[in-house]
This record gives sequence, structure tokens and C-alpha cells, in this order.
Amino acid sequence: MRHLTYLVVLAACLIGTAPLEVILRTRVYARPVRLLLTLLPVGVVFTGWDVYAISRRHWGYDRAQMSGVRPVGGLPLEELLFFLVVPVCAVLTLEAVRAVKGWPVGDEPAGDEPAGDEPVRDEPAGDIPAGDSP
Amino acid sequence: MSYTALAAVGVAATVLLDLAVLRTRVLVRKAFWVAYAIIIVFQLITNGVLTGLAIVTYDPRAILGPRFVYAPVEDLLFGFALVTQTLSWWVYWGRRLNGAKPARHRFKGQPGGPS
Repeated sequence: MRHLTYLVVLAACLIGTAPLEVILRTRVYARPVRLLLTLLPVGVVFTGWDVYAISRRHWGYDRAQMSGVRPVGGLPLEELLFFLVVPVCAVLTLEAVRAVKGWPVGDEPAGDEPAGDEPVRDEPAGDIPAGDSP
Repeated sequence: MSYTALAAVGVAATVLLDLAVLRTRVLVRKAFWVAYAIIIVFQLITNGVLTGLAIVTYDPRAILGPRFVYAPVEDLLFGFALVTQTLSWWVYWGRRLNGAKPARHRFKGQPGGPS
């Protein structure tokens, strides 16, 4: 059973956050396209980092505590899952905060955003110098 | 590059991605920082298990040395990059799919032009 340790940690993350989807209606799993589009660039960047780090021996793994399955490029299955599980948990947490507090996160349709959280305007109001007109 | 150097580059790239590339600006949102405060607690627990049980081990030459809950301090930077990039992309795709416009286009209407 020891070889399942890492997988158990990952499963605990998913099981622990799953109630957010049901109780707080975070609608993360309910928006699979958006979720996949989010997981893709993050997964590419961070598995790339992982492959590099393993090749340079920045970090390594205890095979006794892992499944031994290496589906892609020699990367352990657990590592690939890590870069899916952690992002999913992060999104669930953000949506849970939004559900409870009602604070905007920046994806609200134009005009829907409650005022006062953040100045949306990031450009100067006018570029006509005052007092220069003839 | 050492893990330390890569982690620092990772954080800088993440800030650039959020503020300048995707312009999602989650880093200025209260909701982001409250979510991150919750996430970091669970990150320390799970990462503490992974490093405390020595499932993941680090080459001492690739890290500075100080550890926090068993894990090298660099893991905090790595985690920040991973979580922040995820939430930036989530908001980015939310905007695209919701039809919301990025902040920079909101006030672009010129007087007399199409609003």
C-alpha cells in the first residue's frame, strides 16, 4: 500500500474540495471547457518545469511511495496529476470565496462589476493639455 | 539554473503574465488574496506530507537551505506561481467565454466615436 501514498495525498485534495462544488455551487466542474482551457497552459508550463528540474536533479522521488506508472516522457503519473489537481483546488477555492463574499474576480460581464473594488480605468482620462488652446 | 533562481524567475513571469500579458489583474483583487491565504494553508499541509514523508526529495545544491514545514522555501514561490497562473488563466477564459471585455478596452471609446 505504501506505493499509493502520493496518490492518496492527491485524492485527499480532490475529496476535500469537492463539497465546495455542491454546497457553495462554485460551478467549476460544471464549466469543463473553461476548466480545461485553464489546465492546459498551466499543465504545459509546470510539467515542463518538472521535467527540467528532474533532469537537473533539483528534486527527485521515492519510487517506493509511488505507483511506478510513467505515462508520458518518463514523468511519474503522480506528478502529472499534481499539476491538474492543485489547479482545480485553487480554482474551487477562488470560486468559493466569490460565492461566500460576492467579491468580483475580474471576469464579470461589463457593467456587472460592483464599484469600489478596483479602479478599472488604467489610462489617463484625457491627453489634451489644458490652457494651450488659442 | 538552480531551483532558487528558477523559482524567482517563475514568480516574476507570473506577475508579468497576470498584469501585462493576460491583463487579468487577479493580483490586485481581494478575492484572490483571500483565496490564496486559504490555499497556502492546505499547500503547506500537502507539501509538508510529500516532503516530510520524503516522497519528494531535493538536492541540497539546488536550494538555499531554509525549510518551512519540511519543504524548501523555494516551494512557496513555486506554489505561488502555480496557483496565480492558474487563477489568471481561469479569469482570462471566463472573460472570453462570458463576453466580458478586458479592462483596457472598457474606456477606449473616443468622444464622437462608437461607444
